[in-house]
Amino acid sequence: MKNKFLGIPYIIWMAIFVVVPMFLIVGYAFTTREGGFSTGNFSNMLSYAGVFGDSFLLAIIATLVCLLIGYPISYWMTREGPGVKRIALVVLMLPMWMNFLLRTYAWMSLLENTGILNELFSAIGLFKLINAVTGSNIDHFPMINTKGAVVLGMVYNYLPFMILPIYNVIDKIDARVIEAAQDLGANSANVFRRVIFPLSLPGVISGITMVFIPSVSTFAISKLLGGGKTLLLGDLIEMQFYGNSYNPYLGSAVSLVMMVIVLVCMAIMNRFGDGEETAVML
Amino acid sequence: MKKKVFALVLSLVMLCTTVLALTGCGSSGGDADKGVVNVYNWGEYIDEDLLDEFTAQTGITVHYATFSDNESLYSILSSGSADYDVIIPSDYMISRMIAEDMLEELDFDNIPNYENIDEAYRGLEFDPDNRYSVAYTWGTVGIIYNTTMLDYVPDSWSVLWDEGLSGQILMFDNSRDAIGIALKYLGYSQNTTDPAQITEAVDLLIQQKPLVQSYVMDQIFDKLEGGEAAVGPYYAGDAITMIDENPDLAFAVPKEGTNLFVDAMCIPKGASNKANAEAFINFMCQPEVMAQNLDYIGYYCPSSAARELLDDELKNSPIAYPDEALLANTDTFINLPQETLDLYDSEWVRLMTS
Repeated sequence: MKNKFLGIPYIIWMAIFVVVPMFLIVGYAFTTREGGFSTGNFSNMLSYAGVFGDSFLLAIIATLVCLLIGYPISYWMTREGPGVKRIALVVLMLPMWMNFLLRTYAWMSLLENTGILNELFSAIGLFKLINAVTGSNIDHFPMINTKGAVVLGMVYNYLPFMILPIYNVIDKIDARVIEAAQDLGANSANVFRRVIFPLSLPGVISGITMVFIPSVSTFAISKLLGGGKTLLLGDLIEMQFYGNSYNPYLGSAVSLVMMVIVLVCMAIMNRFGDGEETAVML
Repeated sequence: MKKKVFALVLSLVMLCTTVLALTGCGSSGGDADKGVVNVYNWGEYIDEDLLDEFTAQTGITVHYATFSDNESLYSILSSGSADYDVIIPSDYMISRMIAEDMLEELDFDNIPNYENIDEAYRGLEFDPDNRYSVAYTWGTVGIIYNTTMLDYVPDSWSVLWDEGLSGQILMFDNSRDAIGIALKYLGYSQNTTDPAQITEAVDLLIQQKPLVQSYVMDQIFDKLEGGEAAVGPYYAGDAITMIDENPDLAFAVPKEGTNLFVDAMCIPKGASNKANAEAFINFMCQPEVMAQNLDYIGYYCPSSAARELLDDELKNSPIAYPDEALLANTDTFINLPQETLDLYDSEWVRLMTS
């Protein structure tokens, strides 16, 4: 009986701040400005196909890059002693103590054509070298205002969300399981491929979820690092609420479609992993 | 038990403060029978010393509050939850409020100082018969450019389509301002509701897109001050700030005309102290008061009498006070009908996904 009471604040919290807003989004998505039921908000959703395409493509690339960088780092961290682990974790978390926008602004001044990185390259004579070798005539690498910069921003901001779950899962693998595999004659490649990697999949799946979802709905990164030239879903939704034409109906419809697509993606993802990790995405 | 006592004390304290607040209102309301005026303005948009001076001159108590943008002002007024006597919205919002019958007509017999407002700032598009508003400040949108990166003086919007500047051009990340520039460049009104003209303007912006380095709002400060970009359109007041930071920058108003924005004082419908509100507006139109206020907030003055009293630096600034001839073609934003606003948004998506 007592245990039930402990859950009540959480249930109330969820009801007010998760369930009710969800119903509001669904409600808005199916109404028009004049009021009354309509599916009109969805009928021209196809005109935003490009926005959906760009957002999902960039988010998928960012997630893959996070996985390719994050997995080896997590693996390495678990192999180290407790001192190194602790320092590595702190270093990983440290940037997250700073505001997200501030970090993204910092990347802006790093990547600009006259930014810190290009100045550095120019100071060490890199451009002269390239020009001499290839006969080109460049004085900077174009880095900012590209889709690559948007992906970089996503990877930088969300990488810890990939590393931490993978690290946690690998770290908890029973050392005796690995020893057993070695006793049975598996070399280290086989131990990794047939024991460690399959056991770490739940961590990989929650890492992918935790990077992909914020990446697909981000809106500040594309504005600041992408030069506002690529409209992403987050920007499109924001525009419906703070743009010239206040249109929460279309904004909700776009949000709803995005949520459904993400849910489907996650459902497919979860077929590859352990069922219990599905809880993460909810 | 302790908790109960605490709760009791707390509620007593709250009750007392409520009563005090109520009686406080009552007593200030009765101040020498002059009453009060409730002023609702943008944050950091008045020299607050002037409020005391107004009270000293007239005996009317000022209750002053601030809002952050036109949209929040609109939602507060339309919810009917507040009682303000003087508000200071921008042009397009004034036209929307007039259209929705949210403003009281002004009695100009009570505002004799209105004669100080220049003819150029009367009867603007958002209030064509000049019945509802008195100009407070104004400014223009123009081209800010880096004189070391541009070998000519841009006198036309065409500079933003100059292929020689590819990758050095910044553009508004705001559909109304960006499409407005393209409309002006094509020679149309910025308040057009003709879908063909708007589509043509967006086609022009799509042509421009490969040349644009990035679409920005306040990021333009960093990018122009740091020499990251050569040219970009922005508001004249901010141009002065940027030129202070980087003297290589300069400001030009294009010959095709541009947007002129005006914030003006209005009285919302049903204001309970209308006469006091008019007294306040009248006070703000005194040249000395206006000059003191504009020196403080740094925006531009709609009155030549007051301009004479400004600090020399601001008074003689060609950015703040361009030639009359340049202002001949300017448009002031008015509120657009909903279909047009929707078209703006969908056309903006077309530009962004092109």
